[in-house]
Parts: sequence; structure tokens; C-alpha cells
Amino acid sequence: MNTPTALIAEDEHLLAQALQADLARAWPALKVLATVGDGASAVKQALALQPDVLFFDIRMPGMTGLEAAAELAEQWPTQGPQARAFPALVFVTAYDQYAVQAFEAQAVDYLLKPVQAARLQKTIEKLQLALAKPESPAINFEATLGQLRGLLAGATGPSTAAPLRVIQASVGSTIRMVPVDDVLCFEAADKYVRVLTAEREYLIRTPLKELQEQIDATVFWQIHRGTVVRALAIEAVTRDEAGKTFLSLRGLKEKFVVSRLYAHLFKAM
Amino acid sequence: MKIDWLVKLRHFLQTTAFCLAIAGLHLAFKPNMSYDIPLVYSLSIGLTSWLLIDFGRLLFASAWESGWPAGIWGKLLPLTGIALGYVIGTSMGDWWFGWSTWAGASRQQLFLSVLVSVVIGIIITYYFYSAQKGKYLERKVGEATRLATEARLKLLETQLEPHMLFNTLANLRVLIGTDPQRAQDMLDRIVAYLRATLTASRATSHPLAREFDRLRDYLELMSVRMGPRMHYVLDLPPDLADQNIPTLLLQPLVENSIKHGLEPKVEGGTITVRALRDGQRLTLQVSDTGVGFDSEAALSNGFGLAQVRERLTAAYADLGTVEQTSTPGQGTCILLHLPLTP
Repeated sequence: MNTPTALIAEDEHLLAQALQADLARAWPALKVLATVGDGASAVKQALALQPDVLFFDIRMPGMTGLEAAAELAEQWPTQGPQARAFPALVFVTAYDQYAVQAFEAQAVDYLLKPVQAARLQKTIEKLQLALAKPESPAINFEATLGQLRGLLAGATGPSTAAPLRVIQASVGSTIRMVPVDDVLCFEAADKYVRVLTAEREYLIRTPLKELQEQIDATVFWQIHRGTVVRALAIEAVTRDEAGKTFLSLRGLKEKFVVSRLYAHLFKAM
Repeated sequence: MKIDWLVKLRHFLQTTAFCLAIAGLHLAFKPNMSYDIPLVYSLSIGLTSWLLIDFGRLLFASAWESGWPAGIWGKLLPLTGIALGYVIGTSMGDWWFGWSTWAGASRQQLFLSVLVSVVIGIIITYYFYSAQKGKYLERKVGEATRLATEARLKLLETQLEPHMLFNTLANLRVLIGTDPQRAQDMLDRIVAYLRATLTASRATSHPLAREFDRLRDYLELMSVRMGPRMHYVLDLPPDLADQNIPTLLLQPLVENSIKHGLEPKVEGGTITVRALRDGQRLTLQVSDTGVGFDSEAALSNGFGLAQVRERLTAAYADLGTVEQTSTPGQGTCILLHLPLTP
């Protein structure tokens, strides 16, 4: 077996160093390829270095560890000559009871800071076992996608707000009342959310996450981090040679990218 | 408003017991009169009055929370209830026995029985009223205590934010092994910070110099954690050092600057806390070069600023004001204006 490799993403320099030192003591064979301090660099370095194990801090500047993992899953090469097994994920967090509950529920490994030697040992044993007898990479990847989906859904939280019926969008100096029943798609764009109906497009400032808490998830499906579409308006879902999935909506010319996390929604019956 | 029928049943039984007692008293004074006459009249007048008053008060919106109508209606209701109860109850008694009190009794007898009914009615109403009021006040006191405890807990929770606490301890744990001197310094800061936080809810104000000391403790802790990503400037002119301000007033603002301004920014930035004399006013500035936010967008830095506003209003009424400006990508600046103490 090759030397196992790892990537550490942690914004606090001392803690990153300490984790690396602890790992060197408890798992001398493991080679830490790099240490990065933010989510975007974590994705970039993970793609470049293709390590076996990822230690991702949850709270990082720019992108959370969870978002970084989802983004990495999106871009990870699963086909062709560069295809490799998706790395094993270990999340690191100081304190977040909700996150910890979610990790337990999704059977995702995690470490609590300050990292205790005994707990780290357990994680290492689990990782060694997983690396020693790898299951089929495809099955593994599907399982990871499922876990990330579960974690991301948990991060949004259950909806407590009253269901939204009308979108109030400002167009110039007037406020247009757009019935949610007319909306085909919500798409996050920079600091706005595009609201698409068959006739026209509106821009609103309410973040997509907030909107999602107020609309019915069985009516509007999430197909990408930044895209939610009306399920009944979906016309066709196609897959190109590169493995990317696209979706078209009745009444709209635009094509929408379906992320790998949500591609499981579209399987032939 | 929901009617608690169990309570109504209890009131009904209590009223009935009072009526029986009155009939019994009547019998004791006039043993030669048959028992059923005072019994029927007492029950019919008593229960009718009770029905009118106990259900009549539901008509008043002011009674829904406290249980009793406010103002003049609080007095008119029982009097009207008793008067009507007397007329209706007496008529019911008359119907039962098949005679008419109004025609048969002398004016003096009638006057006496009205007087007795009114006096007894007021006594019984007062009994119910004070029992109810006692319960209402008890509930109010409980509520106020709960709110005060909640506010204190919230303050402690924001200041002892677990994420900050555990991350700081994790850093301390590392330093113990690698740099014991720095570890000791850090621990001293943690102790000072914890002590200040835990006593902040007791002392209401302290000099600016102390406020800045506590900010330095906090910022030092954060700079161990964030390393070169965070720089800070504390600027307190010596002539303002003795000015009193509410304890840890600036703390949540500095925390916001770090949490919402610098932490999300990959390259980090600088946080500046400054005290300035501005005519007869004291200006406190907390600014950062963090990510900033779109001031038109809904602000989500909730608790910190709202709490500062509330505390300023509580301490200085209209004389304390807050100004917030922010530019996306460039940072946020908060200015507090308060009166100078002479």
C-alpha cells in the first residue's frame, strides 16, 4: 500500500500545527501534504494533491468546511484516467451541538477541539481500516454524497416560518407581487436571488437559504447549491459526455446545472 | 380568551357554599321561619349574581389578562351584577313559591333585604377578587423574574460563546506544550476575561480605562487564535480614561467586528477601538476592515447591536445614540455618542 496522505484545513494556525503534530505522533506513516487556512484553498489543494484523508475545520473564512467538502465533491474526478477514490472526510469543530448531532446522524467522523489523544486514536483506527479495505470507489462516493446532502439539509434547519405565497420584488420604484405559484425557479446570483417565471425575471435580496425555509421542499427541488426549481415544471434532464447533468424547465430556454449532490433525484424508473 | 371551566366550577361550588351558609345564618336568627325560603332566595340571588359577575367580566378586554376589568368598570360590574342578581334572583324565588315579594313586602323589609344582599355580595366578590389578584400578581412576578434571568443568561451566553471558549482552550492546550511562557500569558488573559464577564452583570458601570483593559484581554486572546490575520489598535486619550460607561458596552461590538467582519475574510484585517472628545460629548468608535455588509440588506448581526442600543437608552435615555455605517468589502464602523461625565 502507498503512503497514506492527508490535507488539513484549519484557519487557526496554532491548531493546524498542533493537529499535524498529534497526527505525526499517533500515525507516523501518514504524510500531511499541506495545511490551508480557508475553504476555497482547501478545495483547490485537495483537487491538486488528491490526498486520502481530509481534516476540515467547520468554521473557516470564505467557505465553511461543509461547503468546501460539497464543492470538492462537485469537482472531484470520478471518471476517466484521473479518477480516484474520494478522500475520507473528518470534520473538526470547537463547539456546535447541532453540527455534532448531524455528524452522528450521518455517521460522519468528527473531532472536537481541543483534540484529545484517545479520540484521535479512534478516528485514526477507523481511517486505517477504511483505507486498508477500500470498498468500490463508486459506492463510497455515493455514500459520501448522501452524507453531505444530509449535513447540508441539517444546516438549513427545519422550517418554522409560515409558507410564502407571494414574492415582493422591486422593479424600479414599484413593488411587483409575484405569486409563488407562478415561480419556476429561484437562482442565487451574487448578492441577489433571481426569481424566474414563464413571463419574466425578478431580482430580490432575500437570501436563497431564507427563502427555502418558507417554500415547500416537495414542490421546489434543490438541484444545486444556488438553484431551486419547481419539480412539476422540469421538462428533461440530460447528461453530457463529461458527466455533467443539465436540466431544462418548461417555458424557459435557459439550462440549469444539476449538482452531483442532487443528481440522485433524476434516475430512470 | 379561553374559559377555564374547572375554575368556573370551583367558583360555582364556592358561591353555593356561601349561599348555604347565609341561609343557615338566617335560620339561626329567625328559627321560626321555614328553612326553604332563605335557602331558595339566597341560592337564586347568589348564583345569579355570580353568573353575571364571573361571566360578565369576560366582556371586558382589560380583564382578559389580569382577570378583572380596569378602572370604573371594575367597580360598576359587581354593583350592577349584585343589583341585577337581586332583582332576577328575587323574581325567581317568587316564581318558585308563587308569590310576589315586590307587592307583599313593606318598604323597610325590602330595603333591609337589598342592603343585606349588597353587603354580602360585595364581601363575596371581594373575596374572589383578592384571590384572583393574588394569583395574577404571583404570575406577574414569576414572569418578570424569568425575563430578567433570561436576559442575564443571554448576556453570559454571548460573552462566553462556547465556540470562542473551546477554540481558545484548544490554543492554550497547544501552547502549554510548545511555549509555556505564552501559555501562561494567555491563561492570565482568559482569567481576566472570565472574571470581567462574570462580574459584568453585577457592576453597572466602570471607567473607560477598565473597559479598554478588558478589550485588550479579549483582542489578545483573539490574536493568538487568528495570528497574522488580525491586528488591533486601541486608542484611549488619557484625559478620557476616567469617564464612566456601562460595563462591557463595547465588548459585543468588538466581538461582532471579529465574528462578522474579520473571521469571514480570508486575508483578515484590522480592528480599531477609539475614544474621542467631541464638544460636550464622548464618542466611542469601533471599526474594522472586514467584509462589511450591504446596509440596505437585512442585517443579521442582531443581538450585539440591539443590546448596546438598549443599554444606552437605559443609561442615557435620548442622550445616547448609535450610528452604523458599512461598505461591502471595506468594513464596518460603529459610533456611539454619549454625554461626557464632568
